[in-house]
Amino acid sequence: MRDLQTAILIGVVALVTLLLRFLPFLVFNGKREAPRYILFLGDKLPYAIMGMLIIYCLRNVTFTAAANWLPAALGVLIVAALHIWRRNTLLSILGGTVVYMVLVQAVFV
Amino acid sequence: MGKKWIVRRAFVKSLPVMAAYVILGMGFGILMDDRGYAPGWSILCSVLIYAGAMQYVTADLLATAASPLSAALMTLMVNARHLFYGISMVGKYREMGKAKPYLIFGLTDETYSLLCDGRDWPGDARDARLYCFLVTLFDQCYWVLGTALGAVLGTVLAFNSTGIDFSMTALFVTVFVEQWLTAKERRAALVGVGSAAACLLIFGPERFLIPAMALIVLLLSATYPKGGKGRA
Repeated sequence: MRDLQTAILIGVVALVTLLLRFLPFLVFNGKREAPRYILFLGDKLPYAIMGMLIIYCLRNVTFTAAANWLPAALGVLIVAALHIWRRNTLLSILGGTVVYMVLVQAVFV
Repeated sequence: MGKKWIVRRAFVKSLPVMAAYVILGMGFGILMDDRGYAPGWSILCSVLIYAGAMQYVTADLLATAASPLSAALMTLMVNARHLFYGISMVGKYREMGKAKPYLIFGLTDETYSLLCDGRDWPGDARDARLYCFLVTLFDQCYWVLGTALGAVLGTVLAFNSTGIDFSMTALFVTVFVEQWLTAKERRAALVGVGSAAACLLIFGPERFLIPAMALIVLLLSATYPKGGKGRA
């Protein structure tokens, strides 16, 4: 019973995700030219969405105490600084994450 | 260009995602193990759903025995952003042939961030097809591998992994900075951060994503050149 429930839920989540991913391609397939407006949005959206995703990752940060926001703020700053300095994606991610982990585990406890 | 060269290029491109996906995938595997689900279930999720944030939510949905309807609604909310990715890739994936269904299925946040810039692909159409397919496939392999590792070794691992989820934030910041430094689209980047931050303040962390996306579309549309020659 629990297995059936698990399988159904996983199936539902997978199906809705699949639908969302395929919908734009089904609506604007080869036969129907995507309107110029849609292409315009597609051109600009990647930049806007990346900004939105950063806020999405930081959505549970609160400003009631330094321990709630300072590690994330320092982490983001270090990632940005490392990336401007070396332009090495792995280094930026690893450096920022390690600093963040040290901060939340050892400094702001 | 040789196939071997394309495989290497796709692999190198996917390396940053390897770090993030193996680690975040392990997190998901550990979480599912924690909730009492056998490794097979976690791996099934990573093969069939393949959507990072949503899989973490799915672990909660499963544990609380949520109804299929609320699971569907939740998925719609959390994954609605994938509509955006699709829209921006419709033109670029037009010539992808047999690889197309898998490319669409595997269009996660991270894979999108690696492939959304068409200028970065090999020049030849067939090379580009193989390149996109491999980047997508490598990414999912990392994710499934991480999941399996986490699910199987979850209980054995003894290190303190608190804060490891920051790697996801770090990845997005890196892509953002990279776009900021290379592209001319700084206004759109600011629209994204500003809209999301404003909606987060107004609607709170649980429900700001949909209004934020609406606001982004609205503000970007305001810059659409009317009747003219908008670049596509």
